[in-house]
Amino acid sequence: MTAVAARLRPLTGHRLFWPALVLVVMLAANTVYRPGFLAVEVKNGHLYGTPIDILRLSAPLILVALGMTLVIATGGIDLSVGSLCAISGAIACLHISGAADQNSPATVATALALAFGAALVLGAWNGVLVAVMGFEPIIATLILMVAGRGIAQLVTEGQIITINSGPYRAIGLGHFLTLPLAILIALAAALLVAAFTRRTALGLIVESVGGNAEASRLAGIRSRRIVFLVYVISAACAALAGFMVTANVSSADGNAAGLWIELDAILAVVIGGTSLAGGRFSLGGTVLGALIIQTLTTTVYAMNISPQTSLLFKAVVVIAVCLVQAPAFRARLRRRRRGTEPGPAAPQREKEQVPA
Amino acid sequence: MTGNRPVLTMTGISKTFPGVRALHDVDFRLFPGEVHALMGENGAGKSTLIKVLTGVYGTDAGVITLDGEQVSFSGPMQAAAAGVSTVYQEVNLCTNLSVAENVFIGREPRRLGAVRWGEMRRRARDLLARLDLDLDVSAPLGTYSLAVQQMVAIARAIDVQARVLILDEPTSSLDAGEVAQLFRIMRQLRDEGIAILFVTHFLDQVYGIADRITVLRNGTLVGEYRTEELPQFSLVEKMIGQELDVLERLDEQQKRATVDTADEAPLVDADGLGRRGAVAPFSLRIHAGEVVGLAGLLGSGRTEVARLIFGADRADHGQVRLDAGRAPVRNPIQAIGQGVGFCSENRRAEGIVPELTVRENMILAMQAARGWLRPIPRRRQDELVRRYVEALSIRPANPELPVRNLSGGNQQKVLLARWLITEPRLLILDEPTRGIDVGAKAEIQKLVVQLSDGGMAVLFISAELEEVLRLSHRVAVMRDREMVAQLDNDDTLDADRVMRTIASGTTRKEVTR
Ligand SMILES: Nc1ncnc2c1ncn2[C@@H]1O[C@H](COP(=O)(O)OP(=O)(O)OP(=O)(O)O)[C@@H](O)[C@H]1O
Ligand SMILES: [Mg+2]
Repeated sequence: MTAVAARLRPLTGHRLFWPALVLVVMLAANTVYRPGFLAVEVKNGHLYGTPIDILRLSAPLILVALGMTLVIATGGIDLSVGSLCAISGAIACLHISGAADQNSPATVATALALAFGAALVLGAWNGVLVAVMGFEPIIATLILMVAGRGIAQLVTEGQIITINSGPYRAIGLGHFLTLPLAILIALAAALLVAAFTRRTALGLIVESVGGNAEASRLAGIRSRRIVFLVYVISAACAALAGFMVTANVSSADGNAAGLWIELDAILAVVIGGTSLAGGRFSLGGTVLGALIIQTLTTTVYAMNISPQTSLLFKAVVVIAVCLVQAPAFRARLRRRRRGTEPGPAAPQREKEQVPA
Repeated sequence: MTGNRPVLTMTGISKTFPGVRALHDVDFRLFPGEVHALMGENGAGKSTLIKVLTGVYGTDAGVITLDGEQVSFSGPMQAAAAGVSTVYQEVNLCTNLSVAENVFIGREPRRLGAVRWGEMRRRARDLLARLDLDLDVSAPLGTYSLAVQQMVAIARAIDVQARVLILDEPTSSLDAGEVAQLFRIMRQLRDEGIAILFVTHFLDQVYGIADRITVLRNGTLVGEYRTEELPQFSLVEKMIGQELDVLERLDEQQKRATVDTADEAPLVDADGLGRRGAVAPFSLRIHAGEVVGLAGLLGSGRTEVARLIFGADRADHGQVRLDAGRAPVRNPIQAIGQGVGFCSENRRAEGIVPELTVRENMILAMQAARGWLRPIPRRRQDELVRRYVEALSIRPANPELPVRNLSGGNQQKVLLARWLITEPRLLILDEPTRGIDVGAKAEIQKLVVQLSDGGMAVLFISAELEEVLRLSHRVAVMRDREMVAQLDNDDTLDADRVMRTIASGTTRKEVTR
């Protein structure tokens, strides 16, 4: 047992190991419950099946969570992403609904550009509040979280705007190369953010600011600019997610679009192994985290668990995932095992963090 | 005292971190009523041994007994409850809580469950008075200097009714006066029968107070000795594991010849620089190739001077310029842009980014100066890092380890490397040898001499007056947050005269150059 543990250490020590394992276990459990769960078939040249659905439905969450990862890595948090989804979706749908030809690509492109621009401005607002005015991130973004729903309502004038636009619908439901377009958009965004942070020094600087803000300042890092930037990036990601959410249903509902997505996004980031305290972040972990949450949601639906219990069920799974990842908890488990079966045991990890 | 039974024994202790064997089969024992020094180079395993003892880390092997009974603590709280009170190397207090709260956190005086704040403040004041410290105990701890924070941590530790007191480099940022005060209390506690484990890199302190010495090298036990049976040079040899002339090397450095800079334009010109509540306006010029030392007691404003020159704090009086004519320096970014580096004394709060690797920590300042859009090519990073890991003999020599896994002294070297990599024209070193072992200290002092010979200006701050005198061309003396004198370090200047200047204030004439 000890030898196996030692052999597996490089694997189990990998930061993506636990989230990946959880995802695999959940998929396996689903397959046991419903043997056809993992089946994928080709219809009209497109792939269909529950795994594909999970991927497609998780696309907006992945997008929001990517931006959230960077914000959290700087030691902040962005609660306004749900409202930003609603606002960007509302603006895009409003523009399209007012156009003569809702199917014209030009109309859709203008709608997207308008909505995207608005989201960037609102992201900059968050950034200014946090980086320049020095608001606590949770307060600063809470403002837009609450006010943003109002803005979305203003845009839609309290109605649900329904549109009938092929190109816009495609963002949520279209296919490209047999795969749902949404998956490809989310994938592209993930690769873009990864390149943007890891090919430049942005990732390092973000981690440094989140890891020790004062040391970073004294090392000459322009923390304000960096913090400002991550809120803008987060808003941009939220806008894309907003397009997808509204495209899925071809309508913009200022109240419902992107509701509670900020909480799922924060969960996805944490499950993915990025600490809420800031510092090191993992985009791969975040994507896995988003997939775990979506799988969970799908599972809950598939098992016909009532909505009331489903939230509880979700909470239990999330707590379990977080515990499994916590070094303190793992050390305690290991110690308990050691206590009951004496003899040589695997080297113990540190139980508590006291710096050198 | 050897006759009685040890209060604490550690037998066959081993501890391995991934890739690093920190302790291997180490034995250690501690008798009641003794001060026992634990010695070894940076990374020898001293702090790890302490953390294994107090249960911060689990052991891979080995037995610990307290009063003859086998124990295995789950953490510092449990250890403290069993009578083992510890001050860790990195002061680990809450800077946003008050001084009094920090002293009593976790064991506040209570009545019916409610904290008795008045009682707590009164007791905190009494306790600090024992250490000769007069503080506003309701002020946040963060408003006090690192040295004061260290004293508060010590006060907290000695207040617990402990049988074993462990002090891991408690004196690293203290001045002679505080050290003397601390030693007085340590002797008093020792005479009461308390066993004290003491870690330091200051050899004279070891010989001043320790009854017995245990030496570690590379995670293994070299031996246990009675202090009077182990002359200083053999102690050093046992620590570094070879017959080296480190001590001679330390002595061989002669007093620096004063550089003749009278007619040259100064590199740095601080003109009436000051900040209310921190330091009174002062003027200081530093020439290229010159080392200026800052001397003064704890809280005299040395660090504040450094921070103002670097722009870390905003000056509300005067300004500082590099190369007369350029814009004054107002913040760290401008300072770094004009070629200033600042190695802070507080490496945990203001220095390292713990999760980042050694490499990332080293290149941080250089990368910040280039901006995030122009990453330093990986090959260049590796090359720079390799050079400085070697030059400063950083152990373990693995640049991809998170810097928090390094021993305290090695973290300090990483910070030094961060600034050397930027090739500054003025390097401000605030306690750069804090927590660094004898050998490495000599290396760093040599490095400072080399750098200044190569034209770098250095502002050198150290609580150790000898070190300041050995390296500086000129010594600026601080008293009560005021720069009271600037003395040329010629043949007439010695520690005595500096101390007199600090104490008296008669040499008030400002030698502005
Ligand atoms: N948490 C950790 N993870 C991995 N390695 C560690 C950890 N803590 C310490 N080490 C390693 O263990 C060795 C011993 O470190 P330790 O901190 O005990 O040294 P030390 O003797 O206290 O040195 P110093 O005088 O610099 O404080 C070092 O090589 C260090 O890098
Ligand atoms: Mg140490």
